[in-house]
Amino acid sequence: MNNSLLVVLIASGVAYGTPLLFAALGELLAERSGVLNLGVEGMMLVGAVMGFWTVQRVHATTGLTLALAMLIAALAGTVMASIHAFLVITLRANQIVSGLALTIFAGAVGLSSYLGNDLNLADQPAAHDFHAFLPKGMQDLAVVGPILFGQNVLVYVSWLCVIAVAVYLSRTRPGLNVRAVGESPAAADTMGINVTAYRYAHTLVGGAFAGVAGATITLAITPQWVDGITGGAGWIAIALVIFAFWRPELCLVGAYFFGALQALAPQLQARNITLGPTVLWTNSLPYVMTIVVLVVVSSGTARRRLGAPTALGVAYVREEH
Amino acid sequence: MRISVEQRLRRPRWLTVAVPVGSVVFAFLIAALVLVATAHDPVSTYRQLFDAAFRQKGSLDQTLIVATPLAFMGLAAAAAFRMKLYNIGAEGQMYLGAITGTAAGLYLGGRGGPSAFVIAAMVVAGCIGGMLWAAIPGILRAFFKTSEILTSLLLNYVAGYLLTYLIFESQSYWRQTKGFNATVFPTGKPLPHNAVWPGWTLHVQGGTTVPLGAFFAVLTAAVLWILYKRTRFGFEAQVLGDSPRAARYAGVRIRRKILAVMAVSGAIAGLGGASQVGDFSHALDGDPNGLQKLGYGYTGIVVAALARYNPFSAVLIAFLLGGLENAGNTLQGPSFPAGLVGVIQGIILFCALGGELLVRHRVRVTWRAKHVPATTAGAPETAA
Repeated sequence: MNNSLLVVLIASGVAYGTPLLFAALGELLAERSGVLNLGVEGMMLVGAVMGFWTVQRVHATTGLTLALAMLIAALAGTVMASIHAFLVITLRANQIVSGLALTIFAGAVGLSSYLGNDLNLADQPAAHDFHAFLPKGMQDLAVVGPILFGQNVLVYVSWLCVIAVAVYLSRTRPGLNVRAVGESPAAADTMGINVTAYRYAHTLVGGAFAGVAGATITLAITPQWVDGITGGAGWIAIALVIFAFWRPELCLVGAYFFGALQALAPQLQARNITLGPTVLWTNSLPYVMTIVVLVVVSSGTARRRLGAPTALGVAYVREEH
Repeated sequence: MRISVEQRLRRPRWLTVAVPVGSVVFAFLIAALVLVATAHDPVSTYRQLFDAAFRQKGSLDQTLIVATPLAFMGLAAAAAFRMKLYNIGAEGQMYLGAITGTAAGLYLGGRGGPSAFVIAAMVVAGCIGGMLWAAIPGILRAFFKTSEILTSLLLNYVAGYLLTYLIFESQSYWRQTKGFNATVFPTGKPLPHNAVWPGWTLHVQGGTTVPLGAFFAVLTAAVLWILYKRTRFGFEAQVLGDSPRAARYAGVRIRRKILAVMAVSGAIAGLGGASQVGDFSHALDGDPNGLQKLGYGYTGIVVAALARYNPFSAVLIAFLLGGLENAGNTLQGPSFPAGLVGVIQGIILFCALGGELLVRHRVRVTWRAKHVPATTAGAPETAA
């Protein structure tokens, strides 16, 4: 029963969805503060390559090495995000073009590829990786075993992050302040909230999440480094924030749905199930479904309930308000 | 000391040249830091880059092979970005143009028509292919207000899978099915000789071929310039880009305009795809590590942004970045890791973006005066 296609799809949907979830949570924080960062794909790739580099080079116990790798990945993502933050917050550059520039700079034919080649990381298995760690008896439980207990520790960490972000945004003073900054920076400024500091902080934390998301791919899902390994996951994460109406708990649902879609292609292949041009449609499905859901969400009645921060994408200049 | 940034009331002319040039110089300085940090010698690296791009024997030939598609991609991005329609799907639109352009070349060329006719048909087919693929995000944006950024980008991946499918996973019209090689490694069916685009050989560096596509790119730039500077269509598109509300009050038909601009942008990218096949590969390239690895569509965004969406500058920048990219391919190896060129391009783009601030604003450094009456000095400062 635990090998049935549906259970395996849900279980691997949770696993494949975890990087999407991390990246979406980070983007959500940045966007809630009014900064649109289209550089998620690039930040993820740099996090992915630096996390992978750490496990290949550091010789320590598995747990310590992996924790360090995640830290380095988060740091790498933060550094990447700081470029975007400086350009759009301090220099007031166009947020869309700057985000695209970040993805081109850091992306599959840029910095991440440079680092991967310069540090000789390609085509090696990871020295340490994340895998299921709970007792075998729990993992073998029918249905819930593989889905809930057969996951690696990052999955459980991501659940904690969802709760933390949700509580932060709805129950704490800084969380409420950041929402004010994203909705009406001029009003927030009048209240004595430091708009620039809030925007910097949340863009950087968003970068850290993206870095962790990238390392989740290279250390938990496919433990190796290949140029452009994220394959558009960063863009799906940006779309996820829109589907989730900028709410963290809905990001979780969306991430697992798209994770399951991504898991479909390898699963069908492993089971030799073919249905027409299988490789073509299973690989395209996550992208096509993202577009379909985006269309549904952005048109008609759904749009009215959208929680898009009002000041999203707009630079705040005190003198011009 | 206090540094303040104020909007410029007038923008001096010289700044529009000085800032981009300064940005590029500054970018190469920063890239030098990256090189030093990863234990490479920046001076010799830059010299090698320049030689491999423009000076070595045969380098101009190779540079044109990269610059031609980059010019199309840059023009495609410029056509849309100028109206604040962020079509980042030029990559996928190029694949589709390559697919339809190849189909026209194979079909009509195989029947032995005159070369000029076959090539004209390939151009038209390529434009239509790119246009139709761009119409998807265009329609979604015009009628459902869906962000064209995400939809056009996501379609790039779908187009890539389609391209691979046609050559590797099916017995399609585009695939070479006869001959020994076809059984060893899947390849595209080669174009008949009358569907191959001609080139003109110049006696520079012992023979440099200027491909037909390069002429088309310059022609496209001219058409685009006229379209945006001299026609009502271009004027309305720019008004819509700068202020959608003003455009609506002025009676611009917004949906139609969005569709038209996306179509123009897609058609240019599709033409680039047809040129890619007709000029260079002479067969549809479905290899995931071939055309799809080059990322011309994304570099095209860098080209357009550096050119500040001016079509003629885009062609010039495409030539320069094409040289950089070509040098990267030539030098690629242990001492020159792949990806370095992308890093340099990214840094140039960042610097150009940051430099925009200097075009639009003026940075003023004011030193605090020695004797300032307390009443005027205190209030505005402490509020900050």
